[in-house]
Amino acid sequence: MALLSKKSQRALNDPLMNNNPITLQVLGICSALAITVKMDTAVVMTLAVVAVLSVSNTIISILRNLIPSKVRIIVQLAIIASLVILTDEILKAYLYDISKQLTVFVGLIITNCIVMGRAEAFAMQNTPVKSFWDGLGNGLGYGMILILVSFFRELLGSGSVFGFQVIPDSFYAAGYENMGLMVLSPGAFIILGLIVWVQRIVAKIEEE
Amino acid sequence: MLEHYISLLTKAVFVENILLAYFLGMCSFLAISKKVDTSIGLGLAVTFVLTITSPANWAIHHYFLEKGALAWAGFPDVDLSFLNFIVFIAVIAAMVQLVEMILDRFSPTLHHNLGIFLPLIAVNCSILGGALFLVERDYNFLESTVFGFGAGLGWFLAIISMAAIRYRLRYSNVPAKLRGLGITMLLTGLLSMAFRAFSGIDL
Repeated sequence: MALLSKKSQRALNDPLMNNNPITLQVLGICSALAITVKMDTAVVMTLAVVAVLSVSNTIISILRNLIPSKVRIIVQLAIIASLVILTDEILKAYLYDISKQLTVFVGLIITNCIVMGRAEAFAMQNTPVKSFWDGLGNGLGYGMILILVSFFRELLGSGSVFGFQVIPDSFYAAGYENMGLMVLSPGAFIILGLIVWVQRIVAKIEEE
Repeated sequence: MLEHYISLLTKAVFVENILLAYFLGMCSFLAISKKVDTSIGLGLAVTFVLTITSPANWAIHHYFLEKGALAWAGFPDVDLSFLNFIVFIAVIAAMVQLVEMILDRFSPTLHHNLGIFLPLIAVNCSILGGALFLVERDYNFLESTVFGFGAGLGWFLAIISMAAIRYRLRYSNVPAKLRGLGITMLLTGLLSMAFRAFSGIDL
């Protein structure tokens, strides 16, 4: 970490715990839940969001003095949308099966509030390097929750991790059953609710 | 034929509720559902915009962007579908602006009530999600209109039920760290489970 200045370090570390985009800033929950049934889709989605977020933050920060403030939302949307199109094409070319499973949710990164939120709140005021680290940090903070939710959903719902069965057959023989609820949408809401609870206890954060 | 559309509508409203089954539009759902009257305003605005943008996006996809769609202009081999995302978001933003202007001109009261919510909607995931779903599922013009309306209605239903629940929640003793986002997510989970009960219905 010696490579990074103090400020860049903070921009990278803060969103992971004390200011997590999902559990504390309450941004980007839309796509956070839909693709968490299996871990592999969650990991690919994380990579896509990290890539889009860090690059869009950097580009917007480079252009921040050139963008007229009246049309900044449209300009930001155009930059983000172009990056998402690029990501989508790359996924289709190299990870076709997973991109089929992600369906519309790659496209929905455009309206993912994190990307717009960070562009507006951070990249418009800070230097490109700091914005890059902020984008990376927020992307990873987002991905951390995504992967955590998908870990529990896949473990409890399908008895596997990354597609490998971890619950031994003898358990099933003894009467253990997968929780069907976890595969369905209510499972995602409940798991995320519990994660938020635990995280707020650990980070000692008070709601108003 | 009519049955097909009724079935599509019920499916969009209850079984495949855009919020509770596909998690779309969560950001504004969590932020706005604290009060019943603002929820009604936002719910109406989302229904309105989804009903209008879905057929508009369908038409643009079908006549301009789809593979072979430009055959009428003499380019049968052109496939512009990679432009879907950026065009849809532009259409949605333009439509929201247009709706706002029309409302302002013809129904100032409605504009006054929906006014502050309309700009928020341009970045509501459920609108773009609706547009992407109708491409994904290959709906025709009428189907996409019905689907857009149904999805909006479903979102409306979900947000007013949540606002009503949160209103009652004020009188209950929730653990300190669970207040706010935590309890809302758990309640949404229960609500989503309730909507799951409709999935047996097949018209």
